[in-house]
Amino acid sequence: MPQHWQPTATLKTLKERARILESVRAFFLQRNVLEVETPVISNAAITDPQIESFSTLFHQKEFYLHTSPEFYMKRLLAAGSGDIYQISKVFRDDENGRNHNPEFTMLEWYRLGFNHHQLMDEMELLLSRLMIKEKVECQRLSYQQVFINQFEIDPFDADVFQLKQVAEKFNIETPLGMHDDSDMWLDWLMVEKIAPDFPKDSFTFLYDYPATQASLARLDKNDSRKANRFELFYGELELANGFYELTNADEQAKRFENDNIIRQQREQKLMPVDECLLDALKSGLPECSGVAIGIDRLMMVIMGAEHINEVISFGDEFSG
Amino acid sequence: MASYSTNEFRGGLKLILDNDPCSIIENELVKPGKGQAFNRVKLRNLKTGRVLEKTFKSGESVEAADVIDVDMEFSYNDGEFWYFMDPNTFEQVGAPDSAMVDSGKWIKAQELCTVTLWDGAPLVVSAPNFVELAVTETDPGLKGDTAQGGTKPATLESGAVVKVPLFIEEGELLKVDTRSGEYVSRVKS
Repeated sequence: MPQHWQPTATLKTLKERARILESVRAFFLQRNVLEVETPVISNAAITDPQIESFSTLFHQKEFYLHTSPEFYMKRLLAAGSGDIYQISKVFRDDENGRNHNPEFTMLEWYRLGFNHHQLMDEMELLLSRLMIKEKVECQRLSYQQVFINQFEIDPFDADVFQLKQVAEKFNIETPLGMHDDSDMWLDWLMVEKIAPDFPKDSFTFLYDYPATQASLARLDKNDSRKANRFELFYGELELANGFYELTNADEQAKRFENDNIIRQQREQKLMPVDECLLDALKSGLPECSGVAIGIDRLMMVIMGAEHINEVISFGDEFSG
Repeated sequence: MASYSTNEFRGGLKLILDNDPCSIIENELVKPGKGQAFNRVKLRNLKTGRVLEKTFKSGESVEAADVIDVDMEFSYNDGEFWYFMDPNTFEQVGAPDSAMVDSGKWIKAQELCTVTLWDGAPLVVSAPNFVELAVTETDPGLKGDTAQGGTKPATLESGAVVKVPLFIEEGELLKVDTRSGEYVSRVKS
């Protein structure tokens, strides 16, 4: 419940927000990337066990609010749209706090013929423009290398017992409720020790995540233990997630199915798979890379905000 | 047994951790975009008053602590327990010295205190922020010394000793801030 009727962001911040959105549109206009709009409410939903969708009813039938415009945008790409971008509100249940608001603004774009490194290059140019800097320097680190540097362990080969040993050796406390699940431990080591060590006032790209955390990225063609997925951080704050996109429909169907198996094991709700996306992949998704960046988090960086509420006009709807 | 899931965590929520009741001070969600979420939580152990930090895998459930605050009147101290009475139900509880922390020296009979009960037993007793107590013992003030702002110790009827201005005399009623332990003003009778 909001504490008062006034906005939670200052007028200065709202003006800066407007400038950022204007610059994003100018950037893509210049590069012939088409702005698109896709449905916010849909029949199918994301299956990822780590992301929960809001749902709503239409004629007593359950529909879902999108957590990213990815599936519809890929259907546009398969239909021959060419390069596209979208600025939209997205919704994630259970995510609320200093760096999270359950509804937030996402900029997502896709570039045909780009691999993930080429897309990172373009992101550097966009960030330079938005931050009004000659050149924003982003350090690039591979997921594997940071684990080797920090813990002398290969994240692609380590089993859960080795990861637990690492935590013990480096005096990292064990959260209550941890399972013997290597991805859970990799995530914990990442948020507790690796991300906090990224340089405080600059951008870091972390690329080539473990195949088990591929999400919608393709596996690396030379090393199937890793996926061509990347994330962008400012300090330890995560800003963006991108993929050299998986185009194989069978592989995608398997991943959806596997997500629902995990959901069942964890007693989470099973989610309706997007059959239209699978059909689009079957008909042919062009080789492309795509990325989604949280505009509110980026605004926090630009304004030096401590809480996401400070950069959202009315950011206290879910507070208290 | 009642329990809370991490997504219900918020300031003031009372939990049992390592068998002790704790109150959440701060809760921060840490979530890698596509990965496992964690809650970094700062809590106060209500038994020891100590602040601790714990991390939970999000989705974890934690046992709720049956902790409530009740306003109760202080009755008497028998040397072992401090007895308090609920003015509405007339129910009585006895609080051990450990639950009194600093409160014991500020209260006299009929003083309304906040008693934190855990499973019905007193856990912490908090004195009101301001109390009015009479001076039972202090050195005589020096005439004409009122402007210089000097202080002297004074013993109050509850047993507490506070610094007071030199002009305060025995028998006077004083207002005292129990949080800082400082004299505030004289109370006109």
